[in-house]
Amino acid sequence: MIPPIYAIRNISKHKVTSAMTVAGISLVVFVFAGSAMLSNGLKEKLVATGHPENVSVIRKASQTEVMSIISYDQAQIVKADQAVARDPGGNPLVANEVYVLIGLPKRGDTTDANIVLRGINDMSFRLRPNVKMIEGRMWQDPGSEIIAGRSASERYQGCAVGEKVRFGARDWTVVGTFDAGGTGYDSEIWCEITQASDAFHRPVYSSLTLRLADTTQFEAFKARIENDPRLPLDVKHERDYYAAQSGTISTFLNIAGTVISVIFSLGAIVGAMITMYAAVANRTKEIGTLRALGFGRMSILTVFLFESLVISLSGGIVGIAAAYFLNFVQISTTNWDTFSEIAFNFRLSAQIASSALIFSLVMGFVGGFLPAVRASRLKIIDSLRA
Amino acid sequence: MKVLKLITRNAGRHKLRTYLTVLGLALAVMAFGLIRTFIDAWYAGARAAAPDRLVTRHAVSFTLPLPLAYKEQILQIEGVKDITYGTWFGGIYVDPRNFFPQFGVEPESFFRIYPEYLVPPDQMQDFVRDRRGAIAGQGLVDRFGWKVGDQITLIGTIYPGDWQFVIDGIYHGENPDVDETAFVFNYAYVEERMKQESPGRVGQIGWYVLRIDDPNNSSAIGAKVDARYDNSWAETKTETEKEFALSFIAMGDAIIIGLRVVSYLIIGVIFLVLANTMAMAARERISENAFMRTLGFRGYHLTGLILGESIFVAVLGGIVGMGLLSLVAKGVEIALSSYFPGFAVLPTTYILVVIIALTIATAASIFPVFRALRVKIVDGLRVVD
Repeated sequence: MIPPIYAIRNISKHKVTSAMTVAGISLVVFVFAGSAMLSNGLKEKLVATGHPENVSVIRKASQTEVMSIISYDQAQIVKADQAVARDPGGNPLVANEVYVLIGLPKRGDTTDANIVLRGINDMSFRLRPNVKMIEGRMWQDPGSEIIAGRSASERYQGCAVGEKVRFGARDWTVVGTFDAGGTGYDSEIWCEITQASDAFHRPVYSSLTLRLADTTQFEAFKARIENDPRLPLDVKHERDYYAAQSGTISTFLNIAGTVISVIFSLGAIVGAMITMYAAVANRTKEIGTLRALGFGRMSILTVFLFESLVISLSGGIVGIAAAYFLNFVQISTTNWDTFSEIAFNFRLSAQIASSALIFSLVMGFVGGFLPAVRASRLKIIDSLRA
Repeated sequence: MKVLKLITRNAGRHKLRTYLTVLGLALAVMAFGLIRTFIDAWYAGARAAAPDRLVTRHAVSFTLPLPLAYKEQILQIEGVKDITYGTWFGGIYVDPRNFFPQFGVEPESFFRIYPEYLVPPDQMQDFVRDRRGAIAGQGLVDRFGWKVGDQITLIGTIYPGDWQFVIDGIYHGENPDVDETAFVFNYAYVEERMKQESPGRVGQIGWYVLRIDDPNNSSAIGAKVDARYDNSWAETKTETEKEFALSFIAMGDAIIIGLRVVSYLIIGVIFLVLANTMAMAARERISENAFMRTLGFRGYHLTGLILGESIFVAVLGGIVGMGLLSLVAKGVEIALSSYFPGFAVLPTTYILVVIIALTIATAASIFPVFRALRVKIVDGLRVVD
């Protein structure tokens, strides 16, 4: 067996060539990891937005709150259900809300992007314990005052405390900012529900968010509501409801990321092949000597393959290290499932890192295999004469 | 001419290495071209926009409806020659993954304002008479294997319930930028059912499309329309069809930026592959270069030889890559035609590839040239590798 240090010394002997090969592989790994991190970040954000104990009710087949309509009569029937939790005063813990998309220009931009305006009732804060006021105050005159999420107030014109937003033929002053602990509500504007219904002529709710007195009752509650002929409604865990909203973009990112990485990796594999063939050609005499000393074909093959794997693994590590810095980058884009703006971060996970490393090793193996085979098949006499 | 021969001979010294380099470059060029083409296709909707069409929507956002009563009023405004309206239906065909755009429209005025949607006259007649009629794009029909006369059911997401439609006709685009994946049907069907099921939603449509007399007046006419509805409960926002299309395209802006970044990284890989090959060649030829210099060849001769070889390999890779690109893009275009219209390689992409190939070839030869010129003749002759 040839000591592995032989391979490593060889890599450091040809610094320029080795560095370029490592760089090529690291670029591919960077793109591979980056697209997976983006899709992961979006999923994490949306899953975090749903509270584990909350239940979402929207109109049957409507997918999201944008399209959902629940009449006041239907909402009353749901609120009266025995499984719904109540506060000490006997009021059902149900947030009936109106959800409207409004177009506002982002800061430094002139074209409108959609932002969520949510009309809330007095249970809404209670059902979302991670939403807290961080600046200004709650509205006192709900007819002219609204509050905005942290991300909304930073990104959208008119959404910081003291600024004004226009909808429903009226101007509304932003009087407070809330932090939603990194959940999707950070990108929303909230107002009082009856004001939202008036402003948009919507005498209906978009969704009901509620707590059950006993979470184990979920299936029974769901069956009762969905089988009631008066209620054309869907009942979901809030987590599942939000997680489903990452579908279209995640699928797109996964497909595009895989296709691009595979084509891209072919380029890097060819790069590794060039390097390894050159390594074999430069060391023909050396290989002959090693063989003459008694090292077998197998150990020649192994040591060259090992060299290629070390190069590609270094590329993988550099690529992941570069991708790690993407964790600090925030992306803001329209969620194609809801047509509204969502801000999220790249998120590196152990699973992404390990699959990226495996991907880099595969590139090294594929790129190094043929050159290693050639090295192992050199005839001793010919190679010593070279 | 002798120089060219020397360059090609040099490139042919390590045939396997040159082939691999060309292959690597070709693959990277193809990947770069595919991404560019994808981005161009993304903007196909904006390219298809006509300058004499304006879109009027709710000022707050396009998800809010406008009263149908605006139709006659807008038509009175000076400069507006014709008007039609549409609404987004958003139904599910069997499974949510089978997404395609569905619009409820007024049959006659819609096809009058969009003459680039070509429908055979007899099918058009059936469609106008049929309350449940629909016209589907060729791409959509191919995707689901529909034919004229088929009945299909959509599950409403915005308008609840099951909706039965009959395919009365198939439209073709007048040019490749026209989206052939849309499904248009008679809005009267929706209106009829809303009257019974949800009277509060009767007489509300998604947007109006206006044909104006002079594209140069578009902003003035748009302003007149919007002023007409100032301070009403449904204020309007009127913009050119192109601006309207771009506001939808902007929904993917972060994704497009990401793809652009990736396409630049691919250029990085092309560079690394070529630079690696050229660096190897330079190392092998140190003593040979010193020998040529003793024969009287000057620095610029050597520079020309190295640069020439680099350009030769890069151009070869670029040509093979463009060939691959046009083949693969054709395949993708056929495979995706029913989902993603307008996937065709634009001439600018090819021009860009040529420019990139030449730039990279020059950049990749900087290090080898530097190395060849820096070595003293004596040292170069002494090198034994």
